[in-house]
Amino acid sequence: MAVTTQERAVAAKAGPDRPATLIWLGLGLIVIGQFMAVLYAPEEVTMGNAQRIFYVHVPSAWVGYLAFAVVFGASIGYLFTRRRSFDLAAYASTEIGVVFTTLAIISGSVWGRYAWGTWWTWDPRLTTTFMLWLIYVVSLMVRAYGGVGSQAARFAAVLGVIGFLDIPLIHLSVVWWRSLHPLPVVVRPEGFGSGLHPAMLQALLVNVAAFTVLYVALFSVRRRQMAAADALAELKNEDHRRAGTQWTVGTQEVS
Amino acid sequence: MGALSAVRLLVWKDLTLELRTKEILTAMAVFALLSAVIFNFAFSPSPAQAVTLLPGMLWVTLAFAATLGLSRSFVLERDQQCLEALRLFPTDRSLIYLGKAAANLLFLLLVEALILPAMAVISGIALLPHLLPLALVMLLGSIGLVAVGTIFSAMSVNTRIREVLLPVLLFPIASPVLISGVKATAGILAGRPLLEVLPGVRILAVFDVMFVVLGYVIFEFLLEE
Repeated sequence: MAVTTQERAVAAKAGPDRPATLIWLGLGLIVIGQFMAVLYAPEEVTMGNAQRIFYVHVPSAWVGYLAFAVVFGASIGYLFTRRRSFDLAAYASTEIGVVFTTLAIISGSVWGRYAWGTWWTWDPRLTTTFMLWLIYVVSLMVRAYGGVGSQAARFAAVLGVIGFLDIPLIHLSVVWWRSLHPLPVVVRPEGFGSGLHPAMLQALLVNVAAFTVLYVALFSVRRRQMAAADALAELKNEDHRRAGTQWTVGTQEVS
Repeated sequence: MGALSAVRLLVWKDLTLELRTKEILTAMAVFALLSAVIFNFAFSPSPAQAVTLLPGMLWVTLAFAATLGLSRSFVLERDQQCLEALRLFPTDRSLIYLGKAAANLLFLLLVEALILPAMAVISGIALLPHLLPLALVMLLGSIGLVAVGTIFSAMSVNTRIREVLLPVLLFPIASPVLISGVKATAGILAGRPLLEVLPGVRILAVFDVMFVVLGYVIFEFLLEE
């Protein structure tokens, strides 16, 4: 397949293609991690094998929170510097965060059906996570309908700041209800991982590492895609300018 | 011009506009009454049930009425290019936020003064003995709703889907207000000692302070062209 000059120009603008190694590393770690989750970690005494969903649930939730923290930082960065790279980081991280939070909610719900006998309950952590998910889904709506030029980016950044700062308050207000979520087993006053069998903790940590690497890989792929879309739109607009046609393809640089 | 007189001027502007057209207040008040009626159709509560249902009905009504008012808040500013003029206002731009928020709060409180007695009459609950704590919780809740709502109102008016976006933005972020408001109101109506609803009042107060400050700081970013 012949690569045109334009394609090369777009690729050059989008930056170097590094994510491939990260993706393979992430996938490899996930295979190892899930292998450990199923075969290496011992069966939990009361919950039995249903507890093993924990090795998907906790890493997903972690990546969700991590992604939204990145959105918060990138949003502040964007508001103060107006650099497109911050905006792309916030956008990419919002998307990935929503996907992994969805995964955490679904896996938690499946587990809850088994352990609590109900798919859903308004426990503080569940409710907070669900509100969190809603906020970032709305943020994707703002991206889609937020208006022309840099406006959508600016509005999404404002929401990225407000939403993240709101989370502790949401949690506090929901805690004012009763709690049903299992108590923390990893980070506890008695010491890190003291509530877990060592093999369980190892399996969990490998999975958390695997999911984190996958997040970084997805993040770089998505950012690069967006940067390429920007570069492509810019090239198209340049063409149109040269040809004298008036319409422009909407990107932030051009509009 | 001092900050206070600038804010006062902005509120006076919105008030004058509203007194001429009366469109926002009328719409909010009628809508609030209607939703109170619809709730009673939906649940047809006995007096005993009404005590447990009223907090939820009250706050849902308030949240909807507030959304209705807030969605109009920046429509005129935008359609008549008033925002351009406001931008030229020789003062800190963040004061525009305080002015708009104060006007929105005033409208919401006026509607609440109407809807609270109406709900008491419809549901047959004596609210008068609980009036003071109830007023405090409603005031704190309203400040919170308006503080966040004014930010999102300025945002959504500039988008393609306008009125649709505002509630979708507002309700998840304002959920602490609704949760604490409902719970505190329920506690007050059940005659619990004030100490028991204090956590809720505290959350409302923190929410108010945080979002008024945040709105003040962040509003500048919404006004750019």
